[in-house]
Amino acid sequence: MTLAADKNTDIVVPDGHVKLTIDGAEVVAPKGELLIRTAERLGTVIPRFCDHPLLEPAGACRQCLVEVEMGGRPMPKPQASCTLTVADGMVVKTQLTSPVADKAQAGVMELLLINHPLDCPICDKGGECPLQNQALKHGRTDSRFTETKRTFPKPIAVSSQVLLDRERCVLCQRCTRFSEQIAGDPFIELLERGSQQQIGTAQDQPFQSYFSGNTIQICPVGALTSAAYRFRSRPFDLVSTPSVCEHCAGGCATRTDWRRGKITRRLAAEDPQVNEEWICDKGRFAFTYTTEPDRLLRPRVRDAKTGELRDASWTEALRVAAEGLTKAKEAGGVGVLPGGRLTVEDAYAYSKFARVALGTNDIDYRNRPSSAEELAFLGSTVSGTNPEHGVTYGDIEKAPAVLLIALEPEEEAPGVFLRLRKGNRKHGNRVFHMGQWTTPAVVKTNGTLIPCLPGEEADMLGRLPSEVDELLRRPDAVILLGERAAEITGLFSTARELAAQTGAKLAWIPRRAGELAAIEAGALPTMLPGGRPVTDSVARAEVELAWGLETGTLPTAEGRDLAGILGAVANGRLAGLVIGSVDVHDLPNPELAERALDSGVFVVSLDLRESSVTRRADVVLPVAAISEKAGTYINWEGRRRPFPVVITGTNRLPDCRVLDTLAVEMDADLFTQTPAAAMADLGRLGHHTGNRIPAPSVDAGRPNRPGQRHAVLATWHQLIDHGSMQDGEPHLAGTARPAVARLSVDTAKAFGVADAALITVGTDRGSVTLLAEFADLPEGVVWLPSNSTPATVRTSLGAGHGALVTVTTAANGAAS
Amino acid sequence: MSNELVPVLTKRWLSPNSWTMDTYEQLEGYQGLRKALGAQPDQLIELVKASGLRGRGGAGFPTGLKWSFIPQGDGKPHYLVINADEGEPGTCKDIPLMMADPHSLIEGCIITSYAIRANFCAIYVRGEVLHCIRRLNAAVQEAYAKGYLGKNILGSGFDLDIVVHAGAGAYICGEETALLDSLEGRRGQPRLKPPFPATSGLYASPTVVNNVETITSVPYIVLGGSDWFRAMGTEKSPGPKIYSISGHVEKPGQYEAPLGITLRELLEMAGGMKDGIPLKFWTPGGSSTPLFTAEHLDVPLDFEGAAAAGSMLGTTAVQVFNETVSVPWAVMKWTEFYKHESCGKCTPCREGTYWLTQILQRMCKGEGTAADIENLLDICDNILGRSFCALGDGAVSPITSGIKYFRHEFLALCEKNAEDSYEAFLAGASA
Repeated sequence: MTLAADKNTDIVVPDGHVKLTIDGAEVVAPKGELLIRTAERLGTVIPRFCDHPLLEPAGACRQCLVEVEMGGRPMPKPQASCTLTVADGMVVKTQLTSPVADKAQAGVMELLLINHPLDCPICDKGGECPLQNQALKHGRTDSRFTETKRTFPKPIAVSSQVLLDRERCVLCQRCTRFSEQIAGDPFIELLERGSQQQIGTAQDQPFQSYFSGNTIQICPVGALTSAAYRFRSRPFDLVSTPSVCEHCAGGCATRTDWRRGKITRRLAAEDPQVNEEWICDKGRFAFTYTTEPDRLLRPRVRDAKTGELRDASWTEALRVAAEGLTKAKEAGGVGVLPGGRLTVEDAYAYSKFARVALGTNDIDYRNRPSSAEELAFLGSTVSGTNPEHGVTYGDIEKAPAVLLIALEPEEEAPGVFLRLRKGNRKHGNRVFHMGQWTTPAVVKTNGTLIPCLPGEEADMLGRLPSEVDELLRRPDAVILLGERAAEITGLFSTARELAAQTGAKLAWIPRRAGELAAIEAGALPTMLPGGRPVTDSVARAEVELAWGLETGTLPTAEGRDLAGILGAVANGRLAGLVIGSVDVHDLPNPELAERALDSGVFVVSLDLRESSVTRRADVVLPVAAISEKAGTYINWEGRRRPFPVVITGTNRLPDCRVLDTLAVEMDADLFTQTPAAAMADLGRLGHHTGNRIPAPSVDAGRPNRPGQRHAVLATWHQLIDHGSMQDGEPHLAGTARPAVARLSVDTAKAFGVADAALITVGTDRGSVTLLAEFADLPEGVVWLPSNSTPATVRTSLGAGHGALVTVTTAANGAAS
Repeated sequence: MSNELVPVLTKRWLSPNSWTMDTYEQLEGYQGLRKALGAQPDQLIELVKASGLRGRGGAGFPTGLKWSFIPQGDGKPHYLVINADEGEPGTCKDIPLMMADPHSLIEGCIITSYAIRANFCAIYVRGEVLHCIRRLNAAVQEAYAKGYLGKNILGSGFDLDIVVHAGAGAYICGEETALLDSLEGRRGQPRLKPPFPATSGLYASPTVVNNVETITSVPYIVLGGSDWFRAMGTEKSPGPKIYSISGHVEKPGQYEAPLGITLRELLEMAGGMKDGIPLKFWTPGGSSTPLFTAEHLDVPLDFEGAAAAGSMLGTTAVQVFNETVSVPWAVMKWTEFYKHESCGKCTPCREGTYWLTQILQRMCKGEGTAADIENLLDICDNILGRSFCALGDGAVSPITSGIKYFRHEFLALCEKNAEDSYEAFLAGASA
């Protein structure tokens, strides 16, 4: 934008731009820009309610009226600047220079207020309310309205989390437009008409959206509030700190509001390249897990006499841990399981601790089903991913075609889902979902399902419909792989081949926030930081030099992976374990993990809360939660997402600090006393330019075929489920999708369960019983949510995606 | 100016079983269609342009010009939508027309669809008039049976389907874009314009939305020619028009007369004021058009004449009120209507009508004050031209024009209030 300093100066109007005058100032604006934005760039804020830059114009509230002259002719009525696009020669007068616009705005403001309750002093929005602010700026000082206000019973629960106060609503339709346009969940709608018009839900169809919290945030009044935050505080009493979401690998920018050491709410922050202005409800509401009663606050050691855990000082706990680990190191070695939720700084500390203090490559952050093929893929393809060269959110939006394989975007990567939907709506992207049934995400991305058996995905890539193959050959097409790709033999290899053949870009979108960071930090048995192969002497020498180690200090052989480490512990070959935040129920074989932990191995656990690991540990070292430390996530794009400490002064220690001190006790230096120090130390290693881990080359596996006695299991996690990081937020839990087992009518008939309400899916390990729902799954396939019931797929069935299971009518009629 | 009736659209209304195919065909029915199918579509558009036919739904937009906005050869389907959602207080011309002579509308639809290259036409009828919907449906079926609708109409190679769609009782759906949303199965609320229906109307395709009376005029223009049509009415507002006279007249009803006729002439035809009680005020074209008084008896009732006198021609729904009617009371009832029918989309109309109604109701109860009159006018000023669609503008017309001509009646209500208060004060003092 250029302002005319002197009216006589000719302003150059670039191609695709127009020149107009706003309040006497000449402005150049891109064609198609809405007047309200142009004015804003000029510094003139025109009041508005319904307008939102990421929603399509509505022109409903009429607050943003201005006077407009076109071609020398004044338009007869004031125009809504939120719906009018700029045009060459347009002359605009806003409230600053036009008494007509000013009166029109004041008039609309007065009308908006006649039915608005004067409950600002108790309203959540008070203090950050566009209606309040704009009424003070553009409204009358007193009211002429002496009649009867419209009233509604209030509030009504749109969902367990979203509460609606219809009296406060100004009917700007931001929430309904968000639901319809952005999230694609048309569960709230306008009802009735005239002054009785109101937001409501359809009968028997509650507001069900993973993105519902955004409607609360964009509500320009206090009509939509969350059960979690309602009446908790006034915004001006809160400290707002920028933060990054710790849940999925999306890396959404958030804002955490807190006071007196307690988080009161979390909001979406603006980051056009990543999450725009949206976050999912898990990111918004799931932060109470850090204040659950089982939060670990001081170190514990197992008492030699009683055999029970007891509180200990840091000095004692670190000494006991160091002694135990030193002994275990000599007795066969120590494995390290950092977990997949760490920042780069913390993951780096684990990686360095394993190599320097424990002298081992037995480290694997992957607390989930994984494979050797995946390990090769992570080393060859994922490590070093960055937004400059890899796939980005923007690429997904602009791609002519996106093929998703073994990835359920709405459940596993909500931000990616929103971009897919936006891409389809704005640019007509074609979205292909290789999966088992037409999930809501398939519908809402206007996508096409490429159905296959669970485990058959790799094989299917060789038999893609020709239309998909052709579209993938278009420039900028994208292939996305999800977490459960590791459960499908040959998928990483065939996906790489497909990408190479078609020229499509390939990206891997894991489920946990810490995955990319752990890969970069080298928290894997085959890789040192930066994707340096542990077997490569040049790479090792680089690291030894940077770490100040003598040449030849680093272990030269590839270490054990998760299953290898647990197996070695179980049969006594490893004598110690250092475990970060790992839940055994997430592991592919929880039974093996429990057996390993019970084998008498020396366990040092670094965790936030009590868990099946901490209960079995010899030393428990409490660590800082995300809000109590600074750090950096790396999202699936490879984009660094640094964040500062939110709640200062807790004295809680991040993993990197705990490990640094523990290493000192073991006569090793990590230089990771603080996240900043850890990041600097990692930075000294520089980018890896040498050899990389070779790409996997595994043939597509033969999937399990359903038979007369067995069905094949398809499974993935629902976004809102029984994950421990959603603990303590019942209102959020209430918005979870119902847990049901899905299968086709034919499958149900074949297994004789067509008439059963409840069905039991079982293995020789155990069973899961759920309500059955029919869907378009391939014959002989049954789908279960991985972790939405007390009986989970991993723990109760000991099975995963593609496993053979039995399907029977539930024995006693009770859901488990 | 003529004071003769010119029965054109109404000429068959008194024939026996005027709504049947037999009667229609005997009385020149579908002759215009046969002639039209022999012409090029563009010739028909030119003909209608030349006739000067203007939209009869109230706005008076030149019909031929509207048709010419439909992009041709754009590869998209084109649609003709008939606005038969007649719901304006006082307006009652389209429903009698469709009751008495539904085939003339259907014939107009076929010719128009042919001209704009549409193969689908929807007639959106006000849902409350079930009898009319039945009659239209029966007529459409007759037309299909006779080969006037369906595939290859009269061997011309032209296909057309007509669907009669019943509205669900919302005045707003007479606004053309709200009508389109409603027709698509959505909530009936007006759309943002642009894009206009001509480029992005029904199902985002080029669409002509015309009033019943407009389209019914088309077969007559095709048969009679543009010069014949222009021989009636005025230079800028040619043709005949159905004037619906209701209220305090001896013979209320439909009077088809050339555009530009005056109320004085119409009253003469309608037998004068009922029981001889003098005229007090009247609407030239429904409640959304500002009121006229006895001063306006000689205003030519065409688009220009009504506008020059400070009102609008509207739908030529002439509601006549004699001296027994209180203006504030009538205005209050009309405002209640607009409050009831406001769709709720935009603030000025939704909240404004809510407020205005309460003030007027209070005033009519004798609880108003002189300040209320100024407030009414100021609120009207904050609605007029500020609302999303024209419904808000229409809602304030009775109030502003009522106060303009009859402020004393509003003031009288307030004086009563002042007296009451004084009496109450005195009563209190004496107790």
